[in-house]
Amino acid sequence: MRIDVLDVGKRFGEFVALDDVSLEVAEGSLTALLGPSGSGKSTLLRIIAGLEAPDSGEIQLDGADVTPARPQDRGIGFVFQHYAPFNHMSVRENVAFGLRIRKRPKAEVKAKVDELLALVGLTAWSGQRPAQLSGGQRQRMALARALAVDPRVLLLDEPFGALDANVRAELRLWLRRLHDEQHVTTVLVTHDQEEAMEVSDTIAVMHEGNIEQVGSPQQVYDHPVNDFVMGFLGPAVRMEGELVRPHDLRLSLEPENGATEAVVTRVVHLGFEVRVEVELPDKTQARAQMTRAQARELELGPGDTVYVQAPHKEREKVKV
Amino acid sequence: MRVSRRATLSLRTVAIGYLVVLLLVPLGLVFYRTFEHGFGYAWSWMTTPAAISALWLTLVIAAIAVPLNTIFGIICSYVLVRGRVRGRAILDSLIDLPFVVSPVIVGLALILVYGEGGWFGNWFISHGIPIIYAPAGMVIATVFVSLPFVVREVAPVLRAAGEEQEEAAATLGASSWQTFRRVTLPSIRWGVAYGVVLTSARALGEIGAVLVVSSNVAGSTLSLPLLVYQRDSQIGPAASSGAYAAAMELIVISLLVLVGMMLLGKRREEVR
Ligand SMILES: Nc1ncnc2c1ncn2[C@@H]1O[C@H](COP(=O)(O)OP(=O)(O)O)[C@@H](O)[C@H]1O
Ligand SMILES: [Mg+2]
Repeated sequence: MRIDVLDVGKRFGEFVALDDVSLEVAEGSLTALLGPSGSGKSTLLRIIAGLEAPDSGEIQLDGADVTPARPQDRGIGFVFQHYAPFNHMSVRENVAFGLRIRKRPKAEVKAKVDELLALVGLTAWSGQRPAQLSGGQRQRMALARALAVDPRVLLLDEPFGALDANVRAELRLWLRRLHDEQHVTTVLVTHDQEEAMEVSDTIAVMHEGNIEQVGSPQQVYDHPVNDFVMGFLGPAVRMEGELVRPHDLRLSLEPENGATEAVVTRVVHLGFEVRVEVELPDKTQARAQMTRAQARELELGPGDTVYVQAPHKEREKVKV
Repeated sequence: MRVSRRATLSLRTVAIGYLVVLLLVPLGLVFYRTFEHGFGYAWSWMTTPAAISALWLTLVIAAIAVPLNTIFGIICSYVLVRGRVRGRAILDSLIDLPFVVSPVIVGLALILVYGEGGWFGNWFISHGIPIIYAPAGMVIATVFVSLPFVVREVAPVLRAAGEEQEEAAATLGASSWQTFRRVTLPSIRWGVAYGVVLTSARALGEIGAVLVVSSNVAGSTLSLPLLVYQRDSQIGPAASSGAYAAAMELIVISLLVLVGMMLLGKRREEVR
């Protein structure tokens, strides 16, 4: 199922949460809405789900206008950051909820729920209450619950945001594998650029109610359209008025054409990589990242003078 | 803060002493007086036509007021917590009106509205439906004074439960009614139950507001609390025996409500 967001605007009082946003989510893709907190990601996702009504614009599913449709009629699955479990029901009842609402035959419900519980690894927990599960288990239950009704679109609002780093990484992988198997069109909201890069095949970068750029993880990382996207997708340092990635800076011991003289303030060993912090002539700090081998060759220490070469990178001016 | 053992003990003594003096001694005296001439004597007072009628009226009033206020209370909490309509703040403060207005004034206000010459009073009287000095007025008065309990119990629970479960149900295909029945109601059920218990206690025991709109005629418009009040104000040993017997009945009903409340309280803790 393909999703089209057409000029969607949303205000809360005077505050513009979405400023006439348009987005195309390709059939079968896993698209991340990535942006800082308050940039309007959840609002956009909730409008796609029908949980919130837009002030203007249109939502289309497979080309059909669903803007006035209620959430229950859209054929979506929605996963909340805090899982939204039905606390008074068992895990099994939670997962079966959508099928029971649809009055499916008992045997079919049982078979489907058993299959999903196995898929999310909660078979042994099916009789428990959500309160007895860990955060990661609760979120897997919520995923199974959303998947039970065979949604045409899966919408996830920071689904792993409240989990420990380990569990988060594990669930990310799991989600990616699930998507590779089932190909349900999925929109994932996250403020974590690493998560977006790791899981999604398309990233839409949001900022203050606008979508700044849409592209593959590599495109938005390597060819950001503006400073905001550049800064949000990874570490960036300002050189000669332009933002560059620390690992694109080249350090040398000899003056070079176009290089800036700088003083090393700190050398940090990060396992595989080494981060060299330098102070530029205008007293600003910059960081360069390099491999261990490169660092060994330079043998830098605090107080050393180095020459910093910014990459001559042609920023692509992609129009969004 | 850590409290020493001795301090805990003396605090406990004070608390228990306070309860004994204020509650147990008077209630125990009522118990003693009721049965001092034997159970049969007390029973004969409980089964006079006036006493039976009063018990019935009390139960009928509660049986009407409690369900009405329960349904109203749930709807009202929903509007207060989930509603996006204007005027929620006004509704919120109006709900507490029965708590802040003296019950006697509630009764007087009802007379002004439903009594002879009142706004609706003449219409009801000309159609042969007496409200004031009739059981109907007592029901209305009771509904009014016991109105806030369910709202005040349910609204915080509803707020704490949050909207996400309901939104999740909607995305899973549930209609508004299905969501309410299968998700909202179960998540507020202990709040509702607790509100019902408090509403019942108030409906059974109310005297101020119903006194004003009752004709105070034994056998027709005397509820149990009014019967206690009336007999107690008459002189003579027989009258006070009747008062004690009626009071005993009220106490037994209240105790049943209290036991219900304690069971619910226990259940609520288990659920958490
Ligand atoms: N129901 C609401 N009422 C008022 N303001 C809201 C509401 N929902 C969201 N907002 C505001 O809209 C902005 C965007 O919110 P949201 O879409 O939740 O951002 P994000 O998910 O990117 O963190 C925030 O500043 C938030 O305070
Ligand atoms: Mg959000």
